[in-house]
Amino acid sequence: MKSEHLPIIEVKDLYVNFYTYAGVVKAIDGVSFTIYRGETYCLVGETGCGKSVTAKSLTKLIRPPGRIEKGQVLYYREPGKEPIDLLGLSEEELRRIRGAEISYIFQDPSASLDPLYNIGYQISETMYDHGLISSIKEGFLKAVDILKSVLMPDPETRVKNYPHELSGGMKQRAVIGISLSNNPRLVIADEPTTALDATVQDQIMDLLKKLKKEKNLTVLLITHNMGLVADMCDRVAVMYAGRIVEEADIYELFKNPLHPYTKALLKAVPNPVKKIDKLESIPGTVPNLIYPPPGCRFHPRCQYAMEKCKSERPPEIWVSSTHRVSCWLYS
Amino acid sequence: MKCMSTPLVKVVDLKKYFPVKGIFFTKGYVKAVDGVNFEIYKGKTLGLVGESGCGKTTVGKLVLRLLKPTSGKALFEGKDIFKLRGKELKEFRKKAQMVFQDPYSSLNPRMTIFDTIYEPVKIYKIKVSDPEKFVVELLYRVGLNESHLYRYPHEFSGGQRQRIAIARILALNPEFIVLDEPTSALDVSVQAQILNLLKDLQKKMDLTYLFISHDLGVVRYMSDYIAVMYLGQIVEYGPAEEVFEKPLHPYTKALFSAIPIPDPEITRKREKLRVPGEPPSPINPPSGCRFHPRCPFRQEICNREEPEFIEYEKGHYVKCHLYSRK
Repeated sequence: MKSEHLPIIEVKDLYVNFYTYAGVVKAIDGVSFTIYRGETYCLVGETGCGKSVTAKSLTKLIRPPGRIEKGQVLYYREPGKEPIDLLGLSEEELRRIRGAEISYIFQDPSASLDPLYNIGYQISETMYDHGLISSIKEGFLKAVDILKSVLMPDPETRVKNYPHELSGGMKQRAVIGISLSNNPRLVIADEPTTALDATVQDQIMDLLKKLKKEKNLTVLLITHNMGLVADMCDRVAVMYAGRIVEEADIYELFKNPLHPYTKALLKAVPNPVKKIDKLESIPGTVPNLIYPPPGCRFHPRCQYAMEKCKSERPPEIWVSSTHRVSCWLYS
Repeated sequence: MKCMSTPLVKVVDLKKYFPVKGIFFTKGYVKAVDGVNFEIYKGKTLGLVGESGCGKTTVGKLVLRLLKPTSGKALFEGKDIFKLRGKELKEFRKKAQMVFQDPYSSLNPRMTIFDTIYEPVKIYKIKVSDPEKFVVELLYRVGLNESHLYRYPHEFSGGQRQRIAIARILALNPEFIVLDEPTSALDVSVQAQILNLLKDLQKKMDLTYLFISHDLGVVRYMSDYIAVMYLGQIVEYGPAEEVFEKPLHPYTKALFSAIPIPDPEITRKREKLRVPGEPPSPINPPSGCRFHPRCPFRQEICNREEPEFIEYEKGHYVKCHLYSRK
């Protein structure tokens, strides 16, 4: 497995709060994980569990009322060398890393593209800003190659098209093109196919797999779709209410889930290739993070909850070198 | 299956075209639904699947007479719903109900839960001796309780709101319910609750469902029959297990193999049928078979002639030239 390899990102004890009128939302509550070079790492969870906030925190993209309270994001620019703490950098220094070394692909490709500029310009602009090319004109030639690499049909025409002239799938290909234009080391894909149809989603995922292999990328994939996790990832972290409840190698997680939430979640997903008589549901709903439950945040919905779960935060337990879980059942 | 009884809902060659208006003239038509046929038997669920823009929601609205068709018939208990008038129409409106996708916009934010659920009862002048008791009973049936009676929608989560929307239609004792993506706005853990609730209610009240969704896992879990739509037409129809185990139409195969399966062992090893491109615009759909520009098995005939909707195996229909030659 790739986990023996060197780390590229190490998130340590991250805390993010949002200061809203209703109260302080404790969105991320002590999240730690490591992404290794060349792997696809996945954050999976339901709405509001903090997976997108975590992804944005990596390069300090959190805007007020949100605030990163505590933590470190260690970025190993070169393998084996001293890391830099991204959260300690200035906005100017971060801008040089964002888009060049660490780039993003967001959910809605229509919102990621500027409707007033054509695709070629938008790809060139990113390269120009990071000093990869000396003029926008030069960028148009490169943009055609980039569109070819993301398998855009008819790239010579598309490079002059505006976003409204492209379909959803083509727009997402263009966005992927922009995000890869500077040869980043880490790509953060935040629900990259949620806005797309099934057959198009499959095409985009195939493309991401191909590009990852060709360019030796590291990918952080954020999704709520267990099917995509199974299809794409090497290692996966399951998030619930602002915390990572379990992290494991992909095969291990699906074969031997430990945390009650992971177990229940896997049983609640209807599988299209199996006849299921009765789905198991998780009672209750995701808690409000202004008043998160004390102790283990899952305890009000957990069928194995003990007295201890209601008051004390469960420790992180490594059950094997590739599998950790935060639950009192395993301590 | 056919000899069992007459179907509760039967749709015959249903079409719905929406005009695209220019400044002076109509520029063309969006052929949202273009010649759709299916039947739904009492107490059963028909799952209608397809990608966005294929016309599945329009079909749902047509069979409830929320839209007027361009042509075609929809029979409910043997009568054409588009010809119903007066008392008969009112009776149909009571028996046929809909649950919408987004529980955040389908409930009135200014009405309490009691008012929301009791409103249809008032409209249909159903005699209820104790309104409060009546509504509480409905709330229990959908897994809520009397403490929720005088609260407002904003105090509820998505899943609870969908329960309220279901309680509201149950107040009228309906027979046929169109469920238009009832769980796609919900999280997986809550989705399972709502799906199980819908299944339980179906068993207890002998309800008939038209279940519209793009999520194949959900459709397989819920449906007895499946209809697969592509660009306004049904390309395959049959018993759910058969369609899932032995899909015939290339589009059905492609759609099924595009869905990642929540099991890494299976999803990484299986063979896939990949199709290029995206669904074309329904304004000027491709000639012949509408799937032919993307179809890997395309023959010469496919862009000339529209394939017929034939019964390939008993009860299993398909619209494809690959099967019509046999």
